[in-house]
Amino acid sequence: MFDVLGVPPQVLFGQLLLGLINGSFYALLSLGLAVIFGMLNVINFAHGALYMIGAFVAWLLLNKLGLGYWWALGLSPLVVAAVGVVLEKTMLSRLYKLDHLYGLLLTFGLALIFEGAFRHLYGVSGQPYPIPDLLKGGQNLGFMFLPNYRGWVVVASLVVCLGTWFAIERTRLGAYLRAATENPVLVQAFGINVPVMITATYGFGVALAGLAGVLAAPIYQVSPLMGTNLIIVVFAVVVIGGMGSILGAILTGLGLGLLEGLTKVFYPEASNIVVFVVMAIVLLIKPAGLFGRER
Amino acid sequence: MLKSLLCGTALLAVTAGAAHAQVSNNVVKIGVLNDRSGIYADLAGEGSAIAARMAAEEFGNKVTGAPIEIVVADHQNKADIAANLAREWVDAQNVDVVADVPNSAAALAVQGITKEKKRIFLMSGPGSTDLTGKACSPYGFQWTYDNHSMAAGTARAMVEQGKKNWYIVTADYAFGHSLEDETTKMVKELGGKVAGTVRHPLGTSDFSSFLLQAQASKADVIGLANAGGDTTNAVKQASEFGITQSGQSLAGLLLFISDVNALGLQAAQGLMLTTGFYHDMNDETRAWSKKFMEKNGGKAPTMVQAGVYSAVRHYLKAVEAVGSDDPDKVAAKMRETPVNDMFAKDAKIGPNGRMFHDMYLAQVKTPAESKGAWDYYKIVKTIPAQQAYLDPAQSGCSLVK
Repeated sequence: MFDVLGVPPQVLFGQLLLGLINGSFYALLSLGLAVIFGMLNVINFAHGALYMIGAFVAWLLLNKLGLGYWWALGLSPLVVAAVGVVLEKTMLSRLYKLDHLYGLLLTFGLALIFEGAFRHLYGVSGQPYPIPDLLKGGQNLGFMFLPNYRGWVVVASLVVCLGTWFAIERTRLGAYLRAATENPVLVQAFGINVPVMITATYGFGVALAGLAGVLAAPIYQVSPLMGTNLIIVVFAVVVIGGMGSILGAILTGLGLGLLEGLTKVFYPEASNIVVFVVMAIVLLIKPAGLFGRER
Repeated sequence: MLKSLLCGTALLAVTAGAAHAQVSNNVVKIGVLNDRSGIYADLAGEGSAIAARMAAEEFGNKVTGAPIEIVVADHQNKADIAANLAREWVDAQNVDVVADVPNSAAALAVQGITKEKKRIFLMSGPGSTDLTGKACSPYGFQWTYDNHSMAAGTARAMVEQGKKNWYIVTADYAFGHSLEDETTKMVKELGGKVAGTVRHPLGTSDFSSFLLQAQASKADVIGLANAGGDTTNAVKQASEFGITQSGQSLAGLLLFISDVNALGLQAAQGLMLTTGFYHDMNDETRAWSKKFMEKNGGKAPTMVQAGVYSAVRHYLKAVEAVGSDDPDKVAAKMRETPVNDMFAKDAKIGPNGRMFHDMYLAQVKTPAESKGAWDYYKIVKTIPAQQAYLDPAQSGCSLVK
C-alpha cells in the first residue's frame, strides 16, 4: 500500500468519511442560516442556541414524557419552530427596517440568554442521550468502522438539504419567497401575504437548527454549550459560501467538513482554525463568497 | 451621658482593633477563582465556592476575631483573564488567598502573581506538576491531585494488567501536555511503550477522527489526557465507534465524578480512574457530602470541590494558630502542621507545596451494581501518598534543598 505523507490510505479514507459526517452538520446548520439571511436579511446569531434547544427538547421528551428518538425527530423541530415564530413576531419583525447590525445584536443577546438559562437549569457537563435501538451497531467498511448512526446522519441531512434547495429554487412557493425578498411591496400587491411568509421562513430556518440538534444529541453530550462550540464555524461556512446562497451553504458545509477532517490527520493542532484561514483567504479574493453574488 | 457613651464606643473600637490587629485590613478575604461557565464549571465552579464557604462556616465565619469573606470570579479558562482577576483581587481588593483555579494554564499565571505579591495560593483544580516543580512558589499549595498521581494510579494499574502498548489523546494546552508527559514516563518506567500521541484543541466536540487514529495504532490502551467535557465526548464516541468492544481499553487519565454522571453508567461502566476523594468512603465523608449536596442542588462533590474545602480549612487553622494572616508565617505553619480532616488523614505538605495524601483507584460501577443517584464508584485500592506523588527532591522545585 502507498502512504500519503506518511499516512496510510485506510486512515485517510476514514478521516474523509468523518469529515463528510461533520460537514453534513455544518451544511444543515448553515443552510438554515442562509435561508434566514437570504429571505429576511437577518444574521441569526441565535441559531446555535436554537440547535442546542432542539437537542434539549429531544432529551426532555425522552426523560419527561418517555417519547423516543423518532418522536423527537418530528416534534423537536416543531417546538423550535414555534419558539422561532414567537421571536420573529414579537421582536425580530420590529427590526427589519433598521440596519442588519440590530438583528445581529438582538439574536446574539437572545443566544446568551438561552444558553445562560439552560446552563443554570442543567449545568455544563451535559446529559447523555442514547442512540436509538434501530441505528445501534455499525458496519465494518474494511478501512474503518462506520457506526450506523453516523451513516444515518449523513443521509438524513443530505436529503433535507437537497429538499430545501429544491423547495426554494424550483417550486412556486419558493418563487414567491424569492420574489418577496426582492420586492415585498409588489408581491403583496399580487395578493400574497408577505409578513406571514417571512414568519414561516424564519420558523423553517430555525426548525432546521432544531433538527440538527436532534441528530447531534446521540453523538455529542446534550449540553448548553454545544451551540457555542459550533456556531462560529457555521458562520464561517456561510461567509465562505456566500451569505444567503442556499447551494453555497450546502456545498461549503460539506467541503469544509472534509478539509477539517484532513487537517486532523496532518496537523491536528490547527483543526479548529483551518476553517477561518479559508474564510480569510476567500474574503480577500472574493468578498461575496464562493457562491454569492455582489449586491 | 453622651460623652461617656462616646468614650465607651471609642474604647470598644480600640480594643476590637487590638483583638485582630494582626489581620491585614481586618478581614481574611478568600477568592475562589475558577471556571464558572465553561467546560470545568461542574467539576469546580460554584461547588468550589460552596465548599470554601463550608470551611469558613466551621470557624463561625471568623478567624482570630476578623471576619472571613469569600469572593468568587470566573476566569473563563483563559490565562490572561485569570491573571488580571488575580492581580485586581490582590492590588485593589486586598484578597489574602486565591483558591481552586482549575486549568493549569490559568493556574501557572496566577502562581506567578501570588508568588510576586506574596499571597497564599491554594490549588485544587489544576493538575500540572510544574506548579510544584519548576514553577513552584513558597506560597503555592497543590492540594487535591496532580498529573503524576493520575498516571501513578490509572496508568500503573493498566500496565500491571499487561496492557503495555499505549496511545495518548491529549488536550493541546499546558495541562494535557503535562498529563501526557507523566503518563508516558510512568508507562515506560514499568516496561511499556507509547505508540503515538495526537493533540486536539481544548473544547473539541467531535473526537471520532482522533479516536480513529488511536484505533489504527493497534495500541492496547487509549489514554485520554484531557478533562471535563472533552473526556465525556471522547468516551461516548469511543463506544460509538466500537473501540472498547474491539478489545482496546480506554483509560480516562483524569475523570471526575461529574463526568461520570454526565456520561451515565451505561457508557461509563468499567472505566478505571484515579481519584483523591469519593463521597461514599466513610461516615465522615458521607456526613460532609450530605451537607454539601443539600447546598449544591443534590450534586455530589467532586474531588476538586472537596479539596477546596480541605485546603481553605487548613489555611484558616494556620491563621488561627499563628494569630495573623501574614503570608510567610501562615505558609510556614501550614507546612509544619499535618492535614487532618474528612479529606485527608495525617497528610504532610512537602517543601515544594505538594500536599501528600492517599489517592484511590476506582472503577465505575455497572448500572446493575449502582444502588441510586451518585452511587458510581467501587474503590479498588488505596494508593499510598508516597507512591501517588513525586518525591519533592525530584520535582525540580528550587525550594527543595
